[in-house]
Amino acid sequence: MFLNVKTAVAAIALSAMAGGAFARDLVINFDDLNPGPKKGFDDAVALFQKENPDINVIVNNNDREAHKTAIRNFLTADAPDVTSWYPGNRMAPFVDAGLFQPIDDVWEENGFKEDLAAIMPTMSRDGKIWGVPYSYYQWGIYYRKDIFDLLELEEPQTWDELLAACGKMKANGVTPFTIGTKFLWTAAGVFDYLNLRTNGYDVHNALTAGEIKYTDPRIKATFTNWETLINECGFVDNHASMSWQDAIAPFANGDAAMYVMGNFSVDGYKNAGLTEDQIDFMPFPTIDASIPGAEEAPADAFFIPTNAKNVEDAKKFLAFVARPDVQTQWNKTIGQLPINSKADISDDKFIQEGFALLNGAAGLAQFYDRDAPAEMAKAGMEGFQEFMLDTSKMDAILERLDTVQEEVYK
Amino acid sequence: MFPRPIEQSSAPVRYGYQAFLPVALILWLLPLLAIFLTSIRSAKDINSGNVFGWPSEFALIDNYTAVFTQSAAAQYMWNSVLITVPTVAISVALACLAGYALAIYKFRVALPLFFLFVAGNFIPFQILMVPVRDMSVQTGLYDTIAGQFLFHAAFQTGFCTLFMRNFIKALPFDLVESARIEGIAEWKIFWYVILPLVRPAIAALAVLIFTFVWNDFFWANVLTQGEAAKPITAGVRALNGQFVNNWHLVSAASLLAAIPPVACFFLMQKHFISGLTMGAVK
Amino acid sequence: MTHAVAPNSSVPDRPSWLKRNKLAVAPWIFLIPALIFFAIYVVIPIFQSLWLSLYEWNGLYTADGESTATWVGFQNYAKLWDDPNFWTSLRNNLAWLILYMLAVPLGLFIALFLNQTVTGMRFYKSMFFFPFVISQVVVGLIFGWFYNPDFGVVGTVWKAMFCEETVNILGNATFTCARPVPDILSSPEWATYGIIAAGLWPQIAYCMILYLTGLNNVSADQIEAARLDGAKGWKMLWYVVVPQLKPATFIAIVVTVIGALRSFDMIAIMTQGGPFGSTNVLSHYMYEVAISEYGERYGYGSSVATVLFGIMLIFISYFLWQMYQDEKGLR
Repeated sequence: MFLNVKTAVAAIALSAMAGGAFARDLVINFDDLNPGPKKGFDDAVALFQKENPDINVIVNNNDREAHKTAIRNFLTADAPDVTSWYPGNRMAPFVDAGLFQPIDDVWEENGFKEDLAAIMPTMSRDGKIWGVPYSYYQWGIYYRKDIFDLLELEEPQTWDELLAACGKMKANGVTPFTIGTKFLWTAAGVFDYLNLRTNGYDVHNALTAGEIKYTDPRIKATFTNWETLINECGFVDNHASMSWQDAIAPFANGDAAMYVMGNFSVDGYKNAGLTEDQIDFMPFPTIDASIPGAEEAPADAFFIPTNAKNVEDAKKFLAFVARPDVQTQWNKTIGQLPINSKADISDDKFIQEGFALLNGAAGLAQFYDRDAPAEMAKAGMEGFQEFMLDTSKMDAILERLDTVQEEVYK
Repeated sequence: MFPRPIEQSSAPVRYGYQAFLPVALILWLLPLLAIFLTSIRSAKDINSGNVFGWPSEFALIDNYTAVFTQSAAAQYMWNSVLITVPTVAISVALACLAGYALAIYKFRVALPLFFLFVAGNFIPFQILMVPVRDMSVQTGLYDTIAGQFLFHAAFQTGFCTLFMRNFIKALPFDLVESARIEGIAEWKIFWYVILPLVRPAIAALAVLIFTFVWNDFFWANVLTQGEAAKPITAGVRALNGQFVNNWHLVSAASLLAAIPPVACFFLMQKHFISGLTMGAVK
Repeated sequence: MTHAVAPNSSVPDRPSWLKRNKLAVAPWIFLIPALIFFAIYVVIPIFQSLWLSLYEWNGLYTADGESTATWVGFQNYAKLWDDPNFWTSLRNNLAWLILYMLAVPLGLFIALFLNQTVTGMRFYKSMFFFPFVISQVVVGLIFGWFYNPDFGVVGTVWKAMFCEETVNILGNATFTCARPVPDILSSPEWATYGIIAAGLWPQIAYCMILYLTGLNNVSADQIEAARLDGAKGWKMLWYVVVPQLKPATFIAIVVTVIGALRSFDMIAIMTQGGPFGSTNVLSHYMYEVAISEYGERYGYGSSVATVLFGIMLIFISYFLWQMYQDEKGLR
């Protein structure tokens, strides 16, 4: 009871060392205890162990939120050989503090630069590559197929079609979009898509990298589109007091017809009593036809801490998790998408649609709170929520975000 | 007596008062009653919006069992006990010693030291947060039961010492003086003369500190992350995230979290109130 | 050998240094355990925080265990000055301080109401005190649910009054409202007041119990004398009773000020400082800046904590000064 997990693991590690002098220990910290993800990981580790009988894998699996705190400590005090973490700006503080090692050689030797090409920019910082991703998932619009059928609506492909569809929904007493912005990040999903569609991947990237101001006319155009979306489509009332799970209720009840969300939400719809026939997925509609479609696709990855003791086997494990067959199996188990372009996918309809979508994508955003630094992300998402509650404050909000931006990227 | 005793009033006023009391009480405890009613409703009632009406079925046992079987509530409760009990023991023991020293001995820094404990008792937690958390992480006490009760014990020592010192100061000093004349060792005076006399203070402090620490939420957030060491207050919040839209379960868990301090209060009411109101009369 | 005994024989006459200084050493022996604990967890961290507020630090150590903090002097404080969230928090702290004070007169009012000796009064008094015993987390959850526009008390009452139940496109029951349900905790104007109202509930109970004890000790003679002089009602209360309740009032104000400045639990539970930071107070903003998911700015958080500490120090000094006056009076 009084021991923390770390000490317990260290004790196990010690005894393992004393026992088998031949086996080399490989300590892996992972961050998902939910049944599906845990099984996916455990199966992969079991396979790795089978292929490498000379390596003794020690797993330290933690809850996702707990991992976010623990990693800040264990990278210094008691580093594992491999740890799970997120790419994009989320890895930046650790890279900058010198707590992760670059692994360009792993990418070079295994041909990942071709097979994982789409994700390479987000895995890179300071001209080096820092991790290997094992899974990602798509974002887009989940909608009530039965409501669309009743109203004889097709999946809108363009902005005008979307607005027209919204008009028809509203005329029939259906709120077009549900959302729960209490914990802020959901609004960032909407912003990301509006910005990707209005300005494209490069501008979006430049914004989250602090190279473009929020008061830039291009970003203002995004917000103007958002205002149109709020006025002509509209979101459920009281969204600021709902979590993303709370917001499923009006969707399940048929009061709202669409939800801008990530693929992890499908479980939530099914738990709320919806069947696969009632829900479907569509990409976020085009706003400017000249802009190639970039998508939101957050990835999960593995990294090697600087203080890792067994770097050689850690690299072996990283090469292993990106192998097509491993990614295929793993992502079938967890219901997400493999990143390796040579991997296969399951026949789940949402996965199939997501795979097609992301394979054709011109660029992949990692989600606003991973692409922008934490302080900027927090201020930005508060601004998005405020904007959704009162669009007339647009200019004041954008100016404030400029001030924060200046401070953060100095 | 003020206001004028009601017995001296006319009969209608008297009966009116007696009749109004329960009404006032119900109004005062309305939020609590509402949440209690919610906690015995079925999920069906909640979803159909039957929040005020008579429950269509009683799910008291179902709901409260569900809290324990579907979540780590039992673990959280046990953690709270493991954190609270040592805190009470350590802080009260330290305060008995320190309060004795500050009340009985006349030395130059006695008053400044006493004020240090008093001031420490009132500071905002936030000024301690980053260093205490960092220290806990460095020493391996982060996310452990011990890390929490050591901190709570240290912090509550401020309040306990304030309380004990004032209590001992109010005892007749002759007792100590005559014991000294008889040549009794200082620690024996403390153990055999003073300690038996401060028993009421120990009881009052014990119930108060128990309640304060049981209800702590801030430090539970700062010093823990997982299920293994989280107390029930932080646990209830975690449950709130887990039982989304299941207000009957959240209510049941909340009420469960409230039971130990409430029981403690009703069992030791006299000590509780005397501890809390110390200084309110002089 | 025999003459060597002589100097030793004088020892019993001259007590050891420890014995001679018994009264000077003993208090320290009694104090040391408490002082060590208190120093490690309270006194030293205060100074560490003050010091840390002059650094920029994300809480990370390098691979060699070196802190990654960099010295920035008073820049964190300069940043605070330009930080709208800081000012919002400070303004909310002020709102808490002022409105929380309502607990004092309201507590007195309930105490006066309950200060009778009819049968069952003990029960009523403890039940009125009840809210104080419950964790603020639970109070926050109760009121969070109470205010919820979709399935809470406010929402249900409002729907009963202003909405009509209809059927949506899929045939499921839904509500159409003439006026939208007020969403108190998501309204930047009202959310803070909603939380303060919830916070007042246990605080009134606390003040009530302080006054009930105080009223027990009000001198009956003085009241009778005043009655003979024709004083009654408000006049009696204001000129005769309230002055005698001064110690209770003092404690009630002290605990209410501290409660107002420490308000954290309810905000964390009910709004997490939202919507968009409009219900933040310094204590919660500090937490958010330093260790929430998008925080990790330890230095900046420490500067927020330092400001809060400074404000509290004013009250602490006043309280200590009052105590010092009392101590002097005792001598």
